[in-house]
Amino acid sequence: MATCRVAGKIRWKRNLEGYLFILPSLLGLLFFFLGPVVASFGLAFTRWNLFTAPEYTGLANFNKLFHDPLFWQSVRVTVTYAVLAIPLGLTFALCLALLVNHRLRGVEIFRVIFFLPNIVAGVAMMLVWKWMFHPDFGAINLILDTLYISDFLEWVGMGRPMWINSRGGAIPALVLMSLAGVGGSMMIFLAGLQNIPTHLMEAAVLDGANAWQRFRHVTLPLLSPTIFFLTIVGSIAALQVFTEAFVMTSGGPANATFFYGLYLYENAFHLFRMGYACAMALLLFLAVFTLTLIQWRLSKLWVHY
Amino acid sequence: MDRYSKIRILGVYTVLIGLSCFFLLPFCWMVLTAIKPPSETFSQILPSTIQLSNFREALTQSTFPFGRFFFNTTFLTVFCTTASLFASSLAAFGFARLRFFGRDVIFMALLSTMMVPAMVMMIPTFFLFQKLNWIDTFLPFMIPALCGNPFQVFFLRQFFLSLPEDLFDAARIDGCNSFQIYLNIALPLCRPALATLAIFGFLFFWNDFIGPLVYLHSIENRTLALGLYSFQGVHGTSWHLMMAASLVTIIPVFIVFFALQKYFTRGIVLTGLKG
Repeated sequence: MATCRVAGKIRWKRNLEGYLFILPSLLGLLFFFLGPVVASFGLAFTRWNLFTAPEYTGLANFNKLFHDPLFWQSVRVTVTYAVLAIPLGLTFALCLALLVNHRLRGVEIFRVIFFLPNIVAGVAMMLVWKWMFHPDFGAINLILDTLYISDFLEWVGMGRPMWINSRGGAIPALVLMSLAGVGGSMMIFLAGLQNIPTHLMEAAVLDGANAWQRFRHVTLPLLSPTIFFLTIVGSIAALQVFTEAFVMTSGGPANATFFYGLYLYENAFHLFRMGYACAMALLLFLAVFTLTLIQWRLSKLWVHY
Repeated sequence: MDRYSKIRILGVYTVLIGLSCFFLLPFCWMVLTAIKPPSETFSQILPSTIQLSNFREALTQSTFPFGRFFFNTTFLTVFCTTASLFASSLAAFGFARLRFFGRDVIFMALLSTMMVPAMVMMIPTFFLFQKLNWIDTFLPFMIPALCGNPFQVFFLRQFFLSLPEDLFDAARIDGCNSFQIYLNIALPLCRPALATLAIFGFLFFWNDFIGPLVYLHSIENRTLALGLYSFQGVHGTSWHLMMAASLVTIIPVFIVFFALQKYFTRGIVLTGLKG
């Protein structure tokens, strides 16, 4: 690449040209990102109801948040969900990818089937799942009945799962639903698996490694960048769950699925406590940032490139 | 490792088929409930008669103009996907093949926006649109779409960087200006990448719920996602109607998927990370 200095007029023209190309993106960056983010962080320190002018209140919002039981409930719900859904989801996705990685006839069909829920997502699917979770006539409990699992649960003292109609079963229900959406992660794992050089596997076989040893010492380390990527993406997504809870349970029953995003939305658009909601948004950003930073640092320990 | 034992093959197929049942369950359940008469919703799994009038009944409720919802959603999705791809490809080309002051810094800034949760921007953006009187119109979707999307810019920039430089140099020697190079050379070559991004974009806009929830209020302006949600508010216990309506909103996605199937799987693999 030429690194010679260019005459002033040509350089000016080149700069102009470059900026013209990125102009739409640049404008978007300014007006729909930088501006709002700065405003949001600033508004977190005010009290504002959207109609009158914002008034500066310092750290009052944060003080109120730390004493707000609904805030802590939303944090509890979101973190519980994330802690359950991400490891389970990634493990399930990896198992699916390993299964689908066999060179058998017709395996592409299964790939498509497992990926289908990711395509056909949205409110429609959430409504189907809501219906499937019906404690008496929904598909899930009917299947559990036929497999005698519900009888087993009753014998053990847990009773028939009431899923989203119960306080204890609501989050597990949402976690179960999220497992149906691991198709995307499966595809990414699949790409990672297929990138493992075969000569490494052959060497391991020659050295006498059995299947589990091959998995633990060859496959897993070589997949660690993929696992790392999916963990970060997954945790950022899990912290922002909104639509599922809004559409299926409205945060209930008794706030059992009252996710962070729901409380933020309620504060902003039902109660018009804009400053309070912005404070929540700021905390969310800090949480995401810190979490990513921690994972990044930890990755030095276990990710091999 | 080339030959699997018969037992292993059988085992793998069994597990695959079992898991497929789990993944296909929602669709089967939806269809079954949608075609059964309401009296059978709770009593039996398989329908004794097929009642297709459920569909007509669900879609012709006077307070839920599904035709209108369908039009709104289609318009928004098509416009926003095409607009954002156009803007993103322009920016990606600029970042990849043009040299200008601050290019890499601006690109990094653009990328870093992906890390900020969407909710942080939600409130001031809402206020901005309210001041502009854009609430309850499609503009809060259309205008930001015209500004592109950092993920698309990143994806396409990678693609443009992988194209041989000689191609562009030759075009310049032949006298093309940058825009001509973009339009006539870069764009046609990145069709697979564009197709992949178009699919992701289509899925995002078609299923978007929070956006319409916040910005679209009157019934005539609502999208399918929002319409379906309000439908639930009124007909929540009429599962046959709900499943019929849900099924109808899913069918276009099914069609698009099966028509462009090979781009889907190829696209996901393209985004797969090597590390």
